[in-house]
Amino acid sequence: MTPLFAALDTQALTQYLINGLSYGMLIALVALGYTMVYGIVELINFAHGDLFMLGAFLGWTIITAVFKVSPDDAVLGPVALLVCFVIVPAFCGLLNFSVDRVIYRPLRKAPRLAPLVSAIGVSFIFQNLGLFWGGPQDVDFPKLVSNKNLLGLDATVRFTYQDLLVVGVTIPLMIALTVFVKLTPLGKAMRATAQNPTAAQLMGINTERVIATTFILGGTLAGFGAMIYGLTINSIHYQMGFLVGLYAFTAAVLGGIGNIPGAVLGGLLIGLVRSLGSAYVGERWTGALIFAMLIVVLVFRPAGLLGARVREKV
Amino acid sequence: MAALLSLDLLRAGYGPIDALHDVSIQVSEGEIVALIGANGAGKTTTLMSISGVVKARSGTVSFDGRDITRMPAHEIVKLGLAQSPEGRKIFPRLTVLENLQMGAFTRSDRDGVATDLEKAFVMFPILRERKNQPGGLLSGGQQQMLAIARALMARPKLLMLDEPSLGLAPQIVVQIFDVVKELNKTGMSVLLVEQNARMALKVAHRGYVLETGRVTMADEAQKLLHDPRVRAAYLGE
Ligand SMILES: Nc1ncnc2c1ncn2[C@@H]1O[C@H](COP(=O)(O)OP(=O)(O)OP(=O)(O)O)[C@@H](O)[C@H]1O
Ligand SMILES: [Mg+2]
Repeated sequence: MTPLFAALDTQALTQYLINGLSYGMLIALVALGYTMVYGIVELINFAHGDLFMLGAFLGWTIITAVFKVSPDDAVLGPVALLVCFVIVPAFCGLLNFSVDRVIYRPLRKAPRLAPLVSAIGVSFIFQNLGLFWGGPQDVDFPKLVSNKNLLGLDATVRFTYQDLLVVGVTIPLMIALTVFVKLTPLGKAMRATAQNPTAAQLMGINTERVIATTFILGGTLAGFGAMIYGLTINSIHYQMGFLVGLYAFTAAVLGGIGNIPGAVLGGLLIGLVRSLGSAYVGERWTGALIFAMLIVVLVFRPAGLLGARVREKV
Repeated sequence: MAALLSLDLLRAGYGPIDALHDVSIQVSEGEIVALIGANGAGKTTTLMSISGVVKARSGTVSFDGRDITRMPAHEIVKLGLAQSPEGRKIFPRLTVLENLQMGAFTRSDRDGVATDLEKAFVMFPILRERKNQPGGLLSGGQQQMLAIARALMARPKLLMLDEPSLGLAPQIVVQIFDVVKELNKTGMSVLLVEQNARMALKVAHRGYVLETGRVTMADEAQKLLHDPRVRAAYLGE
């Protein structure tokens, strides 16, 4: 079948949309960490993708070395999963917090370039840790969630248990994050600090505490993303943080860096372009397509799709 | 009368430069004190040092009987010291209502906060009308009202205002100075920084003149208003 005929096939199209949205949600989880941290300290946290990678290695270690789960263990598998979904996000949140506390925070008042270069340094350190942890080769991540079709064995469109996992983890997290940021005092303090840190201090907001919370939240989301990546892609590698991080960062910029719904929108768009692009144009073009989309969007909306809709009056 | 706020030989600055040299200022309970001076004299630095945003290099700041020189900014607000900063510093993408709620961030008395919110809306009815709009969409004068109302939401003992009249139409300036007088009648102390020295000295009880980081004159506001040097340098005569 030529690509043109494939384009007319609505079942195939539905499938590409499902795959694209599923991958896009994963990217969105990682993108949130970039955008929240940028929003509050204007730092592009280059180590964020590698933090995500370390989370995946921790999940792998818990499943294979701590629980020693065999592929179709119906009891130990779910238990290990549950443990992973608590420990890996907590680990990533705390690690992100620690890096901020030890490295970025002392540089808070230094010129922008200082924390930026430090973040690149942390990225390399994390990659070396990953190399030490898992070795230079691809590492199999146990397939604890099946990719059986939920829509029935002979249905033509596939929506698998893995897809359900992605949706079932990501959507509640995004709802929780939105409620937190919109409605809780700490969430409002976070938005206030992002918009004007000096004014936030004058309101009695402990801005350092708010920044720490932001790093914890961003790291936690990356940890969830790491588990989803491992369980759906089933193969991890110490350099995987680079590409996922790059896509996620691009998603954040596409949506408008610093903007939370923007990061989610950007992630979904990237997932869709990646999936539709590899189906209709060819897999090797997906990178070019994604960045072409980024450039087109930025030419027309330099602040990103949802960035800075409200102008500040001076 | 014991001073509510007292700066003693305060020195503060940025990088290698001291912007304030041994500044001593007092504000007593119930007083309006004006701090006037030219561009770059150090007025904003003085207020930011009091609020703890700029750290003192030497000297002391005490408020309500406590030494707050080294206290973090977010704790100082809790003691009853609020500031409406230069340039207003509204949160542009928070609604007017959320901006006001941020002003009460350190308070836990819900009923009191609700009462003060109502007072703010009575004082500035336009803020009620626009309470669900982003702060960044307000006009300059409305933003100034929001900045003052936001500071008042902390229910401060001392309110500091940095150039509340800057860039505003004359009738709005009058309205804002009326509010300052009203607040003072209810017992609130005010430290008022202004380039509009005439307006400031008219409402103030006492005033200080700041020149390149030093206090060069301190007197009753009426006397400063009639002082030939002040008239020449700050009242354009
Ligand atoms: N963030 C800063 N970094 C470096 N120097 C600063 C900073 N803010 C102010 N200064 C310098 O400190 C001195 C005092 O400035 P300050 O803003 O306190 O004056 P001001 O009296 O408030 O002036 P204006 O009437 O223009 O508001 C000036 O020389 C100014 O250039
Ligand atoms: Mg100033």
